[in-house]
Amino acid sequence: MTDLTHLTIKEALDGLENKDFTAQELTQAHIDAGDAAKDLNCYITQTSEIAHKQAKASDERRAAGNAGALDGIPLAIKDLFCTEGTQTTAASHILEGFKPQYESTVTSKLFADGAVMLGKANLDEFAMGSSNTTSHFGNCINPWRTEDGKDLTPGGSSGGSAAAVAARIAMGATGTDTGGSIRQPAAFCGITGIKPTYGRCSRWGTVAFASSLDQAGTFARTVEDNALLLRSMAGHDPKDSTSANKEVPDFAAAITGDAKGLKVGIPREYRVDGMPEEIEKLWQQGVEWLKDAGAEIVDVSLPHTKYALPTYYIIAPAEASSNLARYDGVKYGYRADESELQDMYKKTRAEGFGDEVKRRIMIGTYVLSAGYYDAYYIKAQKVRRLISQDFTNAYAQCDVLLTPTAPSAAFAIGENEDDPIKMYLNDVFTVPASLAGLPGLSLPAGLDANGLPLGLQVIGRAWDEESVFKVGGALEKAANFVATPQSVIKKAA
Amino acid sequence: MSTMDKETVAKVARLSALEMSDEELNTLAPQLSNILGFIEQLSEVDTNGIEPLANVVDIDLKLREDEITDGACVDKVLANAPEETQGFFVVPKVVEQES
Repeated sequence: MTDLTHLTIKEALDGLENKDFTAQELTQAHIDAGDAAKDLNCYITQTSEIAHKQAKASDERRAAGNAGALDGIPLAIKDLFCTEGTQTTAASHILEGFKPQYESTVTSKLFADGAVMLGKANLDEFAMGSSNTTSHFGNCINPWRTEDGKDLTPGGSSGGSAAAVAARIAMGATGTDTGGSIRQPAAFCGITGIKPTYGRCSRWGTVAFASSLDQAGTFARTVEDNALLLRSMAGHDPKDSTSANKEVPDFAAAITGDAKGLKVGIPREYRVDGMPEEIEKLWQQGVEWLKDAGAEIVDVSLPHTKYALPTYYIIAPAEASSNLARYDGVKYGYRADESELQDMYKKTRAEGFGDEVKRRIMIGTYVLSAGYYDAYYIKAQKVRRLISQDFTNAYAQCDVLLTPTAPSAAFAIGENEDDPIKMYLNDVFTVPASLAGLPGLSLPAGLDANGLPLGLQVIGRAWDEESVFKVGGALEKAANFVATPQSVIKKAA
Repeated sequence: MSTMDKETVAKVARLSALEMSDEELNTLAPQLSNILGFIEQLSEVDTNGIEPLANVVDIDLKLREDEITDGACVDKVLANAPEETQGFFVVPKVVEQES
């Protein structure tokens, strides 16, 4: 039998339907692969028992002719989605041991379609980070390595999700993206991920970071697999007032292998100082690929691009400081031992939150405090409108935008830790689309000189994930990215 | 450029309900000042007459019928409480503090 962990989701669904293997065999293969790759620390909590149960039920459904759209597909679930009865930590000490009494809308939709949960994937604490190094449960390691053998970050915040899919220990994964937390780790791990339009997936039951930006999305090893996962997760939910009451299209049907009839914009402001030449070259290569695939290329301008990061680092911490006010040691989670209430609050939060989370709460509290609210928060919301208008203007000339995903390949764990702003610069190409609520997909398009994957990003109009998938499919076909992480090759040998 | 001195950091920590040692305040003051300097780039942008953007997508917030859709689940609500008794959360004694 072929190695089941190397199949795509589409291939696995066909194989299950043809009775080439069972969901239980497929799940067991991924649990075994996960056990063999424990050093990557992809999971905060492995849920093998649940996976076995779900896989058995899946086989029974398929035998009865009732298989769902993702029946029997084993997935990693970012540990930011509440899962009923299973510890959900947001990678924070303050939520250690928290067992939600309800299921997030995204995971209940996946389970309703038959998906199997392998475990709760590691992430940056409360999804605040670009390297998965702020997790209370230890760093997650990128399965890709350079020759010097140093451990690299998988990116963040959805580092565990991306690393699990790249390491072939999960077929796909859920992620969340607030400023790039799906797209940047997808690029660092050499896989494909999409953040859909804000409002496409319900936020209900997802631990909140910055509510006007947070959006659930997917990871998988092909564009089509992402389309299948997203279709299952997306859709209106009355429990999230910002979830859109729009029909969910058959995203996979949009993938034709070409980009005929589409205009692709190249935003000139994304040529940033200090960007490695090989990323610039890969971007140019992407332009050529899309020309060959039938697209028309147009130069566009997004003049407020350089203000996206400072805007984001006002709005996201402001919303985070409000959202994280709920962690007070009373209703759930960690409580410090103190005999007076105010002291208990302060000590609980001091001991429960990590340094990066505290920094963001502090910045957020400051920019929202009396006397500064207009100068920082309202100002940022105004610039946010200008950034959003830039995209609207660009989309008068084109249908999608093509950009690099990140300004570098995966970096070594510990790098960029000396200065928070250095870490924030990782998200320079992903944050603008987040502020505008637009869908963005990252796919692996090539390797750098050190043999590490580099990603290209396709950004679409609001609600037009279909054009994003179409262009992503054309790029995927042209790039023909087949490289696999060294750890996976070694195991196969 | 604004900077955050140690006293301001201490005040913000109090507003944030975060206990902080002297050492932490000293570490955070330059870090937060740096971040402030970074976000203050926005002052260059002319935003005269621009409406703040709070909601990126065109979604009207809908009202639902004012009816009970949930409840009678005290056990679930209290299931993760660090301390509870007889259907209530238990907290340490509350003493008014000078602030």
